[in-house]
Amino acid sequence: MTQTTAESPIRKQRAQLNVRTLRTDRWWLTPALTFAGLMSFLIYGIWAILDKSYFAEPYIAPFSSPCLATSCPEGARFLGLAPFGDWYTLPPGLLILGLPGGFRLTCYYYRKSYYRSFWLSPPACAVSEPHTKYSGETRLPLIIQNVHRYFFYLAVVIGAILAYDAVLAFRDEHGNWGHVGLGTLILLANAVLIFCYTLGCHSCRHITAGRLNHFSKHPLRYKAWTFVSKLNARHQQFAWASMYSVMIADLYVRLVAKGVINFPFA
Amino acid sequence: MGYKAKFRVWRGEGGEGKLEDFTVEVNEGEVVLDVIHRLQATQAPDLAVRWNCKAGKCGSCSMEINGRPRLGCMTRMSTFDESETITVTPMRTFPVIKDLVCDVSFNYQKAREIPSFTPPKDVKPGEYRMQQIDVERSQEFRKCIECFMCNNVCHVIRDHDENKPAFAGPRFLMRIAELDMHPYDELDRRESAQEDHGLGYCNITKCCTEVCPEHIKITDNALIPMKERVVDRKYDPLVWLGSKIFKRSN
Repeated sequence: MTQTTAESPIRKQRAQLNVRTLRTDRWWLTPALTFAGLMSFLIYGIWAILDKSYFAEPYIAPFSSPCLATSCPEGARFLGLAPFGDWYTLPPGLLILGLPGGFRLTCYYYRKSYYRSFWLSPPACAVSEPHTKYSGETRLPLIIQNVHRYFFYLAVVIGAILAYDAVLAFRDEHGNWGHVGLGTLILLANAVLIFCYTLGCHSCRHITAGRLNHFSKHPLRYKAWTFVSKLNARHQQFAWASMYSVMIADLYVRLVAKGVINFPFA
Repeated sequence: MGYKAKFRVWRGEGGEGKLEDFTVEVNEGEVVLDVIHRLQATQAPDLAVRWNCKAGKCGSCSMEINGRPRLGCMTRMSTFDESETITVTPMRTFPVIKDLVCDVSFNYQKAREIPSFTPPKDVKPGEYRMQQIDVERSQEFRKCIECFMCNNVCHVIRDHDENKPAFAGPRFLMRIAELDMHPYDELDRRESAQEDHGLGYCNITKCCTEVCPEHIKITDNALIPMKERVVDRKYDPLVWLGSKIFKRSN
């Protein structure tokens, strides 16, 4: 073999391997499952937003809360208010869909999951992506992902409203406190998981104290950062758990409202 | 209990080469690098492989084993089935010098482009006083052994060679984060992280974290926090306004 020098063009080349990957494990399984999981959420979400059975005293379906229009049943209106009045006749869920939707869409974990499973960029580590060009989040439209922290602020409000709904679920249909049904527990579990996911957000971690360089000068913010960091370490798990909990809670309330579930303590 | 393993090793000079098949003895407790060394000793004396400590601390023996970036010295043969053919190739992102040895000078070039630690002018060496909680975030990143597997696996340059001039790679974006979080570093690195070192190219798919042999949470603890700092500097009008009105420092 002829000896080459460090300057020769052949030394500027990578190993010529004309295969997409040499991985022998089932690298395609995770993106495939992620795709299926996210698609199930999207499909359910579209159905739920259009479905009108979203209230069964004292439960309100999370996809339709807060209910802000006159078309909402009186008990379903958030704080008894209907700021959108009677001109709004579309499903109430459409009004607030963008807030939790935007939060999840711009979430750092979900970005990873859909970049991998939907856009295949890359589908898995050390597996070539199919795109010929790549500019990442440097330009439109993906540079908009940087708005995530604003969706976080709004998601905290939505999380608080879902917690409020869960508290109201401790009343019976006559408004008396002390009721505990399966729906109450489901809404409560959902509110807890939503908060664990929301507060574990990377933007929340940054806002609490991540932006500081002197933790020692801000002990309270450091404590908050430490707490958020613990949630953040399980952000992926909370993302999935809360995504399914909100679907389960929503479906449960709709089934109660439709009369499909009608056992005592439902 | 030894057995004969089937190995396919990429052999060539520069980018031109091919996978060659070998059958080689494997003994209990061995790692892939041991087997590569046995190949050198018995069947392929001119097989080139870079290695040094054999303890996962020097970062020299980075290679791709069955398509996954791994350290040869930390990949136990017992993790493979005895009947499995093990494919060993050089890192795919960097030019090959010979066989499994890559030219990783891209990384040294990128390292040189990052402004070094910039302490306040009135603080002399020996006068730095820092609390542990102020430096422990940066200390995680100091565990890096510079195996460059994170840069190798990152699809931004692995699949798009044309991005190399604009993108420093996870290893050096982590270095920027380390310096930016340092309590005594005075340089504002946020603008240049985005504009000069290509932080915006990162789409946080976490392959760098997956392959890191030191288990550094590169994405969660360095790249995403750095992205959030860039948002403070470039994309968040409220933070920008607050910093102007209150002259806040961190």
